[in-house]
Amino acid sequence: MTTPTSVLRAPWQELTRQREGATFGIWVFLASELLFFGSMLLLYTAYRVANPDVFTIAGRETDLWYGTVNTAVLMTSSLTMAVAAQAAEADMRRLAIWSLGATVVLGLMSLVFKGFEYAEDIGKHLVPGVNFAMKEPAAQLFFALYWIMTAVHAVHLSIGLGLVGRLAIFGALRRVELRENPQVEVTALYWHLVDVIWIILYPLIYLMGRS
Amino acid sequence: MTDVAISGELPLPREPSYLAAGHTVASWLATTDHKRIAILYAATITFFFFLGGIAISLVRLDLFTPAGDLLSDDTYNKLFTFHGVIMVWFFMVPSIPGTFGNFLLPLMIGARDVAFPRLNLFSWYLIVTGGACTLYALIAGGVDTGWTFYTPFSTMFSNTHVIAAALGVFIAGFSSIATGVNFIATTHMLRAPGMTWFRLPLFVWAIYATSLVMVLATPVLAVTLLLVIAERWLHLPIFNPDFGGDPLLFQHLFWFYSHPAVYIMVLPAMGVISEVITCFARRRVFGYDFMVYAMVGIAVIGFFVWGHHMFVSGQSPYASLVFSFLSFIVAVPSAIKVFNWTATLYRGQISFDAPMLYALGFLGLFTIGGLTGLFLASIPVDVHVTDTTFVVAHFHYIMVGGTVSAFFAGLHYWWPKITGRLYPDVWARFAAILMFFGFNFTFFPQFIVGYLGMPRRYHVYPPEFQLYNVLSSAGAFVLAAAYLLPPLYLTWSLIWGARAGRNPWNATGLEWKTSSPPSRENFAATPHVEEGPYRYHPEGFAPEHGEDNYRTEGDRA
Ligand code: HEM
Ligand SMILES: [Cu+2]
Repeated sequence: MTTPTSVLRAPWQELTRQREGATFGIWVFLASELLFFGSMLLLYTAYRVANPDVFTIAGRETDLWYGTVNTAVLMTSSLTMAVAAQAAEADMRRLAIWSLGATVVLGLMSLVFKGFEYAEDIGKHLVPGVNFAMKEPAAQLFFALYWIMTAVHAVHLSIGLGLVGRLAIFGALRRVELRENPQVEVTALYWHLVDVIWIILYPLIYLMGRS
Repeated sequence: MTDVAISGELPLPREPSYLAAGHTVASWLATTDHKRIAILYAATITFFFFLGGIAISLVRLDLFTPAGDLLSDDTYNKLFTFHGVIMVWFFMVPSIPGTFGNFLLPLMIGARDVAFPRLNLFSWYLIVTGGACTLYALIAGGVDTGWTFYTPFSTMFSNTHVIAAALGVFIAGFSSIATGVNFIATTHMLRAPGMTWFRLPLFVWAIYATSLVMVLATPVLAVTLLLVIAERWLHLPIFNPDFGGDPLLFQHLFWFYSHPAVYIMVLPAMGVISEVITCFARRRVFGYDFMVYAMVGIAVIGFFVWGHHMFVSGQSPYASLVFSFLSFIVAVPSAIKVFNWTATLYRGQISFDAPMLYALGFLGLFTIGGLTGLFLASIPVDVHVTDTTFVVAHFHYIMVGGTVSAFFAGLHYWWPKITGRLYPDVWARFAAILMFFGFNFTFFPQFIVGYLGMPRRYHVYPPEFQLYNVLSSAGAFVLAAAYLLPPLYLTWSLIWGARAGRNPWNATGLEWKTSSPPSRENFAATPHVEEGPYRYHPEGFAPEHGEDNYRTEGDRA
C-alpha cells in the first residue's frame, strides 16, 4: 500500500490534488487572517501616531522579560512544528508525533507565561478603568489595544493547540494517518501564522517604548 | 473567444436525485452535499427575509401619518434596526452565494462538490448560530443603533442589547469567510478538464469575485464588532474620545467592510443576470471578456471608496475629494456591464419568460440605483441629501430592486434544475410585473421627499411630506403582496408542477447537461469541456423569429 486511502475525501479524486487544494485553501484563509490582525494593527498605528509620547511611556510599563521569553518559546515551537510537518511527509511517524507533542508543550508554556504576565499586569493596575495606574488618558488606549491584541493572539494560539494536540493524540493512537495527510500541512501553516503575528506584536508592544 | 459551449451530450446519472438520496432529518442536517446545503441556506434566508419584511411593514404603517402615532419612538428605532440588521447580514450577504453559489458553482465547473464540503456545512451552522444570537438580541428587548452600530452611541449610550446583536453578526462574518475560502479553492482546484478561466460562465466569475471580497473585507468587520463588544462589555476605551480615541476610526473600519459588502450583495446578482439575459435573448453575452474584467475591477476598486459614506463626518476634505473621485471610477465597470447586457439584448430573440421579466426589472432598477449613486458620490449633492430618505431610496434600488430582483430571476431560472418541476408561468410573470410596479411605487417617492428634506429614521415629519409617505407605504404593501406570491406558486409546483426535463430553457452550461434534479454525484462521468460558454447565436447575428426557438427544439429528456 503506497497511498493511505483513508485520507482521501470527496470531492477529490487523487491525493496530491487534495493536498494542493488544502494548502491553497489555508493560504486564502491566512490572507483573511492577515486582514483581521491588520485592522487591529492599523488602529494601533493610528493611535500611536496621534499620541507618540504617551505610547512610548506606556510601552515601558509592559514586561519585557515575559515578552522576550514568549517570543523565544513561540519561535522554538515553530521549529518543532516544521520538523513535525517534514517528518510526517517523510513517513517518520515517531519523530512526527514527538515533534507535535513538543509543539503542544511549547504552546502551553507560552499560554502559561502569558497568564503570569496578565496576573502581573492586573497587579500593577494596567487594566484600563477607574484604577488605572497611569495618569495620561491615552495610555489607556495603549493598554486597551495591548489586552485585545494579545488576547486575540492567545485565542488563535489555543485553537492551534487544539488542532496540533488532536493530530498528536490521534496520530499516536493511529486513528489518524499522518503521512501525506493534508491536515498536517494545513495545521503547520496555521501555527506558523500565529507565530508570525507574535513577531509583529513583540516589537510593537514591548520594544518600541524602549528604543 | 470564438467557440462556445460544451460539445457532446453527457450520459445521465443513474443514481437517485440529491433530493431522493435520503429522507431523514439527519440526512439534511448532517449533509455535505453542496446542493442540500444550498437548500438549507434557501430556507434560512427566506425565513429572515420575511422577518425583516414584517418589521418594516410596521414601520411603513406608522409612516402613513405624520404624527408617529402607531409606534413609540423607541419601538420605531428598534424596528428599523431589526429590519436593517436582518436584511443586510442574514438575508442579503448570504442570499445568492449561499443558495445559487452553493448549488451551481460545482455543477457549472463540472465538479462533484465544493473543495471542502464539511467546511461548507459548518458555515451554514455558523450563519444559523449567528442568526439565533442576533435574533435573541432583537427580540429580548431590541437594539436601537441602526444596522451600522455607530460608536459612541453603540458603545456608551445605547441601553439596548448591542452585545448579543454584534456577536451574532460577528459569527455570521466567519460563515461568510468560510464560504469565500471554499468557493475560491473550488474555482481554482476543481474545474473539469478543459474548463479554462475564460470558459467559465459569468456566474462563476461573479461568485469568485464575490468570494475575494468576502475573504478580504469580512475580517475587518469582525474586528470592528469585536472592538465594539470589548468597549461596551469590558469598558476598554477604544473609540472613546475622553481617552484620545476616535469614533471616526470606527467608521473607517466599518465602511472598509461595508462598502465592499454592497458588492458582496450585488456582484452575485450581476452573475445571475448575465446568465438569464443571454439565455432568454438567445444571444451570446456581448463582450464576455469585458464582463469578467468589469467584475474583477468592481471587486478591487470597491475596496477604495468607503470614505464616500463619511463626507459629512468631519473627515479631511482632501480625503473626501479622493473618495469622491474613486467612487465615480467604480461606477465605470458597473456601467460597462449595463451596456453589455443591453447590447446582448439588442437584436436578440427575446422571450419574456418569468426569469427574463425579473432580469429586465433588475436592469431598470439597478440603473436608477446606480445613477443616483453618482449623485451621492458628488460631495455637494451628498451634503444636501445625507441621511434623508433619498439615501434610503438609492440603496433600496440597488439592493432590493437590483439584488432581490436578481435573486428571483435566478430562482425562476434554476427552479426546474433544483426541484425538477416547472411552475405556473402566468403567475410567475404576474408576480414579476407586480414586484417591479410595487417597488417603484414604494421607493420612487422617497427620492422626492428625501430631496425635499425628509430625514431618514424619523417617524414624526412635517405634514407636507405626507402624500409621499402615503404613496410609499401603499406601495410597500403592493410589494409585500408581490413577495408573497412566489412562495405560494412555487410550493404549488413542488407538488403539482410538470416534470422539467434536464434542460427546459434549452440553455447552455454544464448544469443543464445533467438530470433535474441532479444526483448526489452531479454527473455520471466527468465532463470534458471543449468550448467557452453561451453557445447561443454569435454576437452579430440573430435568427428570424421562429427559427431555433427553444420551445420547439431542444433536449427535454
Ligand atoms: C421589501 C420591502 C422593503 C421596504 C418597504 C423597506 C423599507 C425601508 C424603510 C422605510 C427603511 C427606512 C427606515 C428608516 O430609516 O426610517 C428601510 C431601511 C433599510 N432597509 Fe429596507 N425595505 C425593504 C426591503 C429591504 C431589503 C430586502 C433590504 C436588504 C438589503 C433592506 C435593507 C435596508 C437597510 C439596510 C435599511 C437601513 C436600516 C437602518 O437605517 O438602520 N430593505 N427599509
Ligand atoms: Cu459605499
